Amino acid sequence: MYVSPIREPLIKGGKDYSQVTKDIMAPMAGKPSIYWYVGIAISGGALLFGAWATFVTVYYGIGSWGLNKTIGWAWDITNFVWWVGIGHAGTFISAILLLFRQKWRTSINRSAEAMTLIAIACAGFFPLIHMGRIVLGFFIFPYPNTRELWVNFNSPLLWDVFALTTYFLVSLIFWYVGLIPDIGTVRDKAKNKIRKAIYGFLSFGWTGSAKHWSRHETVSLILAGLAAPLVLSVHTIVSFDFATSVIPGWHTTIFPPYFVSGAVFSGFAMVLTLLIVTRKALNLEQYITKVHIESMTKIIILTGSIVGIAYITEFFMAWYSGVEYEQYAFMNRAFGPYAWAYWIMMTCNVITPQLFWFKKIRTNLVAVFIISIFVNIGMWFERFVIIVTSLHRDYLPSSWTMYTPTMAEVGLYVGTFGLFFTLFMVFIRVFPVIAIAEVKSVLKSSSDEKKHTHHE
Amino acid sequence: MENKYFKSLEELSIDITRETSEKPAGDKQFILEMQQEVKKMTSGTRRDFLKAFGFTIASAAIATSCEQPVRKAIPFLIQPEGIIPGKANYYASSFFDGIDYGSVLVKVRDGRPIKIEGNTLSSITKGGTNARAQASVLSLYDNERHKFPVFDGQETTWEQADEKIISQLNSIKVKQGKVVLLSPTVISPSTKAAIDEFVAAYPGTEHIQYDVLSASGMLKANEKTYGKAFIPSYRFEKAEMIVSFDADFLGTWLSPVEYTKQYIKNRKLTSGQGRMSRHIHFEGAMSLTGSNADHRVQLKPSQQKLVVANLLNVLRGKMGMDAAFLPASPVEVEKLADELMQCKGKSLVVSGSNDAEEQMLVNAVNHLLESYGTTILTDVHTKIRQADDARMDALVQEMNDGKVDGIIIFDVNPAYDYPEREKFIEGLKKVGLSVAMPVLDDETSYHVKFICPDHHYLEAWNDFEPMTGYYSLAQPAIRPIFKTRAAQESLLRWSGNSADFRTYMAGVWEQKMFTKATAEISFTDFWNKKVHDGVFETGEKESGINSFNGDNAFAALNSIKVESSEDSTDLVLYTNVSVGSGKHANNPWLQELPDPVSKACWGNYVAISPRLAIELNLKNEELISVNGSPALPVLIQPGQEYKTIAVALGYGREKAGVPANGVGQNLFGLIGKDAENKKYWLSDVNISTTGGKHPIAITQSHHSMEGRAIIRETTLEAYLENPQSGNEVRLEIKEHLKSMYPKAEFDGLHWGMAIDLNACTGCNACVVACSAENNVPVVGKEQVIMAREMHWIRIDRYYKGDPDNPEILRQPVMCQHCDNAPCENVCPVAATTHSNEGLNQMAYNRCIGTRYCNNNCPYKVRRFNFFDYTGADTMKGNRYDPAEMTTDLRRMVLNPDVTVRAKGVIEKCSFCVQRIQEKKLKAKTENRMLRDGEVVPACAQACPAEAIVFGNLNDKESMVSKYFADQRNYHLLEELHVLPSVGYLTKVKNKTV
Repeated sequence: MYVSPIREPLIKGGKDYSQVTKDIMAPMAGKPSIYWYVGIAISGGALLFGAWATFVTVYYGIGSWGLNKTIGWAWDITNFVWWVGIGHAGTFISAILLLFRQKWRTSINRSAEAMTLIAIACAGFFPLIHMGRIVLGFFIFPYPNTRELWVNFNSPLLWDVFALTTYFLVSLIFWYVGLIPDIGTVRDKAKNKIRKAIYGFLSFGWTGSAKHWSRHETVSLILAGLAAPLVLSVHTIVSFDFATSVIPGWHTTIFPPYFVSGAVFSGFAMVLTLLIVTRKALNLEQYITKVHIESMTKIIILTGSIVGIAYITEFFMAWYSGVEYEQYAFMNRAFGPYAWAYWIMMTCNVITPQLFWFKKIRTNLVAVFIISIFVNIGMWFERFVIIVTSLHRDYLPSSWTMYTPTMAEVGLYVGTFGLFFTLFMVFIRVFPVIAIAEVKSVLKSSSDEKKHTHHE
Repeated sequence: MENKYFKSLEELSIDITRETSEKPAGDKQFILEMQQEVKKMTSGTRRDFLKAFGFTIASAAIATSCEQPVRKAIPFLIQPEGIIPGKANYYASSFFDGIDYGSVLVKVRDGRPIKIEGNTLSSITKGGTNARAQASVLSLYDNERHKFPVFDGQETTWEQADEKIISQLNSIKVKQGKVVLLSPTVISPSTKAAIDEFVAAYPGTEHIQYDVLSASGMLKANEKTYGKAFIPSYRFEKAEMIVSFDADFLGTWLSPVEYTKQYIKNRKLTSGQGRMSRHIHFEGAMSLTGSNADHRVQLKPSQQKLVVANLLNVLRGKMGMDAAFLPASPVEVEKLADELMQCKGKSLVVSGSNDAEEQMLVNAVNHLLESYGTTILTDVHTKIRQADDARMDALVQEMNDGKVDGIIIFDVNPAYDYPEREKFIEGLKKVGLSVAMPVLDDETSYHVKFICPDHHYLEAWNDFEPMTGYYSLAQPAIRPIFKTRAAQESLLRWSGNSADFRTYMAGVWEQKMFTKATAEISFTDFWNKKVHDGVFETGEKESGINSFNGDNAFAALNSIKVESSEDSTDLVLYTNVSVGSGKHANNPWLQELPDPVSKACWGNYVAISPRLAIELNLKNEELISVNGSPALPVLIQPGQEYKTIAVALGYGREKAGVPANGVGQNLFGLIGKDAENKKYWLSDVNISTTGGKHPIAITQSHHSMEGRAIIRETTLEAYLENPQSGNEVRLEIKEHLKSMYPKAEFDGLHWGMAIDLNACTGCNACVVACSAENNVPVVGKEQVIMAREMHWIRIDRYYKGDPDNPEILRQPVMCQHCDNAPCENVCPVAATTHSNEGLNQMAYNRCIGTRYCNNNCPYKVRRFNFFDYTGADTMKGNRYDPAEMTTDLRRMVLNPDVTVRAKGVIEKCSFCVQRIQEKKLKAKTENRMLRDGEVVPACAQACPAEAIVFGNLNDKESMVSKYFADQRNYHLLEELHVLPSVGYLTKVKNKTV
């Protein structure tokens, strides 16, 4: 097979197929390390904090939050949009990058997709918990009932319900279909009967026959085709929650592309945050190489710049529209009582990613890790700025108020972190963190040539 | 019928019965058959199983989806006469709390009074009410009401109490001791008769009237200038020029509802009169009336008398009379005098001061301006506030000297509101027989031997004469809830008269009132008619008023001195429109009612001018003490005179119950004395910081309109030139209002509301009326601080101009019922929808509480139930009820026509849809169209200023359509194209720019 002499190899260490299987399955074997136990203990603790906050919210009511008559959404929807954004990288990597034939995605798509699923679960929690009457949350589904009550198809919140459930289900199926050959491998390598039985069941009788491969490829392609538009639609629809409203700062046509690029931006940042640690912890440096990291930082520069331009465009439009409310809303963002949040957002989202133009920074893992965290923070503040600073001073100054979060709200946010990391820790013990089969498919064309190692 | 052969008729009939009758229960055959059937059922097939399974799941789902346990209501076994379940009855009554009077209708649903409405038959209040009258229905259900007679802290029976009291009264009588009956100003003819009877039975008795808010100074001034101590009646509607020296006549002075009705006549421009009265207001603190004035002049209370004197002097000079030599006026009065001279005979000068000399000067000014006979009537007296402050002071001294043997305290609470309350309590201990006859729990009750609880006014018969010739009646709207007895009946019983008060009162009316009747022949007719109407107006006049005697006024003029130094800081003690003198402090609706000026509720504070705050380095909410008073938080109040600070009375109750106890501080102790009259201000006060902060609950924290055209205003001059003035921007907006979508059409009715910003004074009556009508929850101080108050209607208040002396603009805002409502399309479950009559409606039981509608409402009128404030939820932990509104007793006030909202749902103004529905049904049963003005929402009904008009916009002849067609009309945020159904008329001020 033709191997490009210029491109850097994607897989290092001159691996052969059996080595790949062995390396990637290593984290699943044996007893977990002490770090794993520490990690799951911390995330479990965070999860418990979240459980307490959930209890408080349900038992005492939404009044245990810091909301008021003017500010109906704050941390709840901020967290929701933030998590949905995080959940964008996985599908972007597996579907869109697949369509663009980016081979480097093979090393990271599995974990990014897992991250997507978990992030969507975390995101989905917030629209549920933010309801005043959570026990009646099922009203949101258009189920047939004798009272002939129907949902309101005009409401962006309803679109959200459909968009998110579709996205979650398609991502889940896509991820699982991709897992099937690997589960087959795990089953085959299993030495324990129970383990064999479980993975045997989960592999749906995968034999690796040509017919199986052919069908697997077809289904994957169909699902990739389905998932690709979803990447764009989900955050577009989430942005409609704001864009279709009348509140200055929300009522903006730029929101769909702005939100989608913001989502990809934050998603990649989170993938970086996670993988920089994971590759080290699981000894997968030869699979997730600096090449991968660099590629991702480049996407961050692109999406970060789009987001930055969007911020500036918003200001321009506010001025150009001549609408006094709009103008006030944006001045208030930059110079009002929540200006600190705005400037954190600007710094983290617009300035820090530009550092990736420098190769030295791009290839410095510590720097990349820190900047990825900055982006995560910045994107959280972006949603906070959009939601809270737009709401707290809208049309009638008589109703203007301020907002301060309570411990319950902090608990819910930390709780979703707990959920996220707990599930991620479980994931790395249960499934191969890298798509073995897919890595093998690019091994010949994009790895260090085996013969070099043989000659030496 | 088929052919049938039969032997006999019996056989035929038997056959027939056999065919038709069921087997009797207990029949063996029948039981066997049933058992067989049951067997068949239990040994069912797969299909049967699925059927049963489906049924079980479905019924379980239905059973569990019911959130609330069903509570069974038992219907009447015997239907009481006149009560149709679900239909309200209205009874005419009168509200009088010793301070304010109002003729009212009591709405009674299923035996419970639930709402107070204004009585349009009264020519005093003309259907208007104030916040306190509206809220009074809740005090009927006060948790801390006295529930039985008490002797020495123990429950007793009426018989035992009567026996003991009569024996003690008799022993006092025997030793010729002194008994005092202490009451507020009594304006009830029958009560006066009962008191007279009591005095006759115990000759040593003295009846002393004690008013918390005293008009003693005015009484004395009139005594000196007109030879009789009286309060005249005022005719603000006849005045083209109104000058008020700190008389808050729209809020708390004498008869504010009456004066608002009068005042507004010359302020509204809707019938095209093209003229307005001019209102100039002098005051130190910022009052409701002052903020409505065309021109407000800041004046320290200590300088007020000097200004009045100067005004009089200038007027005298202009009329060619010899002027006195006076210290210079701190504010300019020359121009004012000119303006007044131009309106001679059509002007009115009033003063809120309790200083007899100042009132004499005011009388002289009015006399010079020929106001008497036109804007002030001396032959019709206002009968409230007749107490002489000196009498009360003397009584307290006598009590301390041991000269009083018995005291009966009727409807007053001196242990709380007497300036030297410690002295009063000390004195009370020395009185052998002490009886209190309160309705609600109060401080005085803790210091008496007998508590003989009076009925609440909604449980009692009563009559009133608030003004000469204007009589009104009160009738019970409910049986007494507790073992209480009318105070008058107690007095009669102790005087040996066993009549019940209704009979007694009817007797008094037969003797005294029936003689004045013109239309009715029999007393029964007369009585029934008057009880039905609630009012009886005879048109009689007072006599024995001398002509004006200016000697004393002139003497007062000549003796005017400068009362305080330039740099003295003055303190004003005022009462607000909510808790007033503190009598109603335990009313949660009133506690949560934001002050019309500061928008603060739940407690009092020290209002300080911005300049003084900077000078003294005081921040908002910092605790300070004034002349050693209990520490109160600072509230920086724009518009406050530089060196004047103000504190509301009526707070700091100790024994009123929840929620009043401990809310705010009691500052009655600071009330001074000035030539025998109470003085509601102090000069040269000493302010000291005590350290620490105390939060103030304020419902509005941003005070500028930010240059937005939210409240549009103009001047009279500009308005006359161009009626659209101030509202020019509307033309531009209307030009741009284009939509791709067809405008919503409403075939039948299309409800709309118009609000005349020129009429609205900001008195807050609508806010309480709305809370009462719509079961609006009370959330308590902490939740208000968190900006979670639930009011469906709020009065926005903005400052304009110089922060040291700003103008105030107000605007009532409720749900605007947009025809293109942004809240409706965002609700995912369609819990808020548009009716075919243009109402934006809420289906509470469909709401899941996403709050998206609230976020997307540009007016922010939607309210979210953050907790279970009402007891409507099943989950115990949700309950949040700091004001104890969910007790069984207080819940009796709930309007059964309006859903009580649970935790987690959004609520908002419904345009009183229950009232619309009621009137629509009425029109339907009478087979006619709805008449304009037939449907009146609670806010419009309560409004004493007739600022709110409601009706059908499809009817071009309706009042609301006419308002909408007025060039002053505009819609709030019309440029958003949400198509609101509420219109506002621009505010017009009679001033030159």
